[in-house]
Amino acid sequence: MSNYRLSVPERVARATPFLVRLIIQHPMETGFRLDAAGAAITKNLISEIVCRLDGAEVLRMELSSGITANPLFEFYAVADKNCELVVEWQDDSGVHASARANVQVAD
Amino acid sequence: MSVRRKWPAVIAALMAMTANAEPIRILDEIKSGREFQSREAQAQQADDFANPGMLWVERGAALWKTVDGEAGKSCASCHSAATTSMRGVAARYPAFDADGKRVLDLEARILQCRSRHQRAPAWRHESEELLAITAYVAQQSHGLPLKVAIDGGARTTFEAGQRLYTSRIGQLNLACSHCHDRQWGKKLLADTVSQGQSNGYPTYRLEWQTLGSLQRRIRACFYGVRAELPAFGADDIIALELYLAWRGEGLAIEAPAVRK
Amino acid sequence: MTDRRTFLAFAALPALSAQPAPAQSNRFEADIGPLIEKLTGGKPVATGRVQMTVPAFAENGQSVPVTISVAASEGAVKSLHLFAPRNPRPNIANFHFGPRSGKAAITTRIRLAGTQTLRVIALFTDGSFGSATAPVEVTASACLDMTAS
Repeated sequence: MSNYRLSVPERVARATPFLVRLIIQHPMETGFRLDAAGAAITKNLISEIVCRLDGAEVLRMELSSGITANPLFEFYAVADKNCELVVEWQDDSGVHASARANVQVAD
Repeated sequence: MSVRRKWPAVIAALMAMTANAEPIRILDEIKSGREFQSREAQAQQADDFANPGMLWVERGAALWKTVDGEAGKSCASCHSAATTSMRGVAARYPAFDADGKRVLDLEARILQCRSRHQRAPAWRHESEELLAITAYVAQQSHGLPLKVAIDGGARTTFEAGQRLYTSRIGQLNLACSHCHDRQWGKKLLADTVSQGQSNGYPTYRLEWQTLGSLQRRIRACFYGVRAELPAFGADDIIALELYLAWRGEGLAIEAPAVRK
Repeated sequence: MTDRRTFLAFAALPALSAQPAPAQSNRFEADIGPLIEKLTGGKPVATGRVQMTVPAFAENGQSVPVTISVAASEGAVKSLHLFAPRNPRPNIANFHFGPRSGKAAITTRIRLAGTQTLRVIALFTDGSFGSATAPVEVTASACLDMTAS
């Protein structure tokens, strides 16, 4: 279920914020929907997504059912050397996933 | 010629003329469903990264190379690279299958390949796998003009679809043509009625929060007029799909599309 | 001795005084005041210092794009908190910016349970606040689609 895409620019300028794009395939099931038999479909949300660059935190997102399914996120990070961007998340059903991208600083 | 022999001959001649004659096109101009979407939805469709349907296309690309079934084959085993072998395929579906002597839509064709050549268990309609492979195959025709054959073996199915499209159905007693031929472009509550074109399938429908097939969308239309939903793969649905594809001839395939 | 009319007039008084004047409130809209107070500790929140961009009209409440950003000149942002008062869970999302963020900006897509005014609160590292609101008109499809699949 954790199909995703993570993109960073091919090259980033040193100490300059660069755009990070992330889209995750996930139903973000609210827990309010009813199935054909009238029973509530189990809530399954990604409640937290954490992005780190070279081990330091970039962005921590606390999410609710108010975020759409298969959500897209666009935010910024800043690097001053070549390093790795890691995004991690877990959903209510216990599925844990992480996405990685190499950040190359232009000289 | 005596009067008694003249009219049957004339009628027979007229019937011979009209059989396989080009059916009359109702719409003066054809417009993709994309033109009835908000600016934001159109932008989302155009952006390969932000288009959620592309997540299914990627999954489909992986499934294409996955061996499955007793025959020990993947799609790639017979079809090699989809970028070459599948180019143009979605643009000519639904199509008549000479073997089975019936019209197949893209999903039915994929399911047939799976059972006949891979000898793998069937995928459910609207399952993640079937949507992914259909999206992947359809995406190989992205931008190509829709053009289906309605002659020969496909003719009866086409005519059935045309008849159903113009027949009143459901508690609301409406035919597809009432809204989508006659009232497209006008408002229904806050919605602008589209032409109901089928070039943008499978589609990521915001209402569904997931990718879905044309069959699912047609079933939703039946619900909209409070008619009994045709089963997935039913003759009625396939006939409508063929008629819709002919009706939208020339529209560029948009796969995966984003619709509200 | 009070006559019946006077008695009834007096009897009616408590009932009248017990009913407050009808308020112009939307029963379906949560009062997000307490949620915001929890963030700010009751301190005043200035309007401004944060920008929120969202379409004024959303054809479908299931997926509405929103962008929130704070100009660098406003100072270092600790976190952004987004509220949709008519949603069943009004605090939609919170974004906490770390040392490697570089820019306090986020774009995502949200679900809105009907027409409402979004509110975002920005918490700055110096303890100050900013806020912005944006009204969104949310409509639904004219044709119902109850297909679960």
